[in-house]
Amino acid sequence: MELILFLVTAVVAITGAVAMLLARNAVHSALFLLLNFGAIAVMYLLLQAPFLFAIQLTVYAGAIMVLFLFVVMLLGAEKVEDAPDRIAWQQPLALLLGLALLVVSVVVGLGGATTPPPAGEAVAQFSDPQSLGALLFTDYLLPFEITGFILLIAVVGVVVLNQRGRKI
Amino acid sequence: MVPTSYYVLLSAILFTIGVLGVLLRRNAIVVFMSVELMLNAANLALVAFARERLGVEAQVIVFFVITVAAAEVAVGLALLVSIFRTKRTADVDEVSTLKG
Repeated sequence: MELILFLVTAVVAITGAVAMLLARNAVHSALFLLLNFGAIAVMYLLLQAPFLFAIQLTVYAGAIMVLFLFVVMLLGAEKVEDAPDRIAWQQPLALLLGLALLVVSVVVGLGGATTPPPAGEAVAQFSDPQSLGALLFTDYLLPFEITGFILLIAVVGVVVLNQRGRKI
Repeated sequence: MVPTSYYVLLSAILFTIGVLGVLLRRNAIVVFMSVELMLNAANLALVAFARERLGVEAQVIVFFVITVAAAEVAVGLALLVSIFRTKRTADVDEVSTLKG
């Protein structure tokens, strides 16, 4: 049952990603990427990570994709690739290297240890949001604070970059 | 239970699609989306390994990755808007000088 769910979600995720790559219109790309993010959120649920499921939906599918769509529509930059590519050999080379990367990563990914995944009571309990929060505020307190600082810098940076009437 | 290697396989495929997106597309916004796709693929592998080892630490790292990605998108899109304002284009081939 779980395997069927995994396979269906994986097909949805890969379809969303490929369609994002191939769509000519940037708005369509953004919507297909949203589909892919939703599928990955379901994957998190299958992997017993309910907190990350919620974060994925609110931050990625909610905030980031809305930002993307907003900028695409604000700029009116849905279609900018009408002109031919300036470097003609770039596309075949990119496909070749991408295929090589896929082969290498699949070989490395499947070449690791093949122990069966842990099952039972321990799996269902190891990652409730409570233990994640406890870890976040004890062992990982400094990185957590630094993340807050990074977000503050991002806010200041965005405001400075988009000031009107002043050259930076 | 689905084996961890299946998740790693899916993660590798999604990461490769992201790399191809960065290399093939010239719309800067789509390039950005492909970078997000790569980050998501890495996150998926991390969460899969977290279940394999029954450790919550990898999920904490994924949390940090998502936060930093949000900051990165905000700054990147602000840069894009300001490039678009001066150059009137979002094609990465056209943006080949450092001068604004």
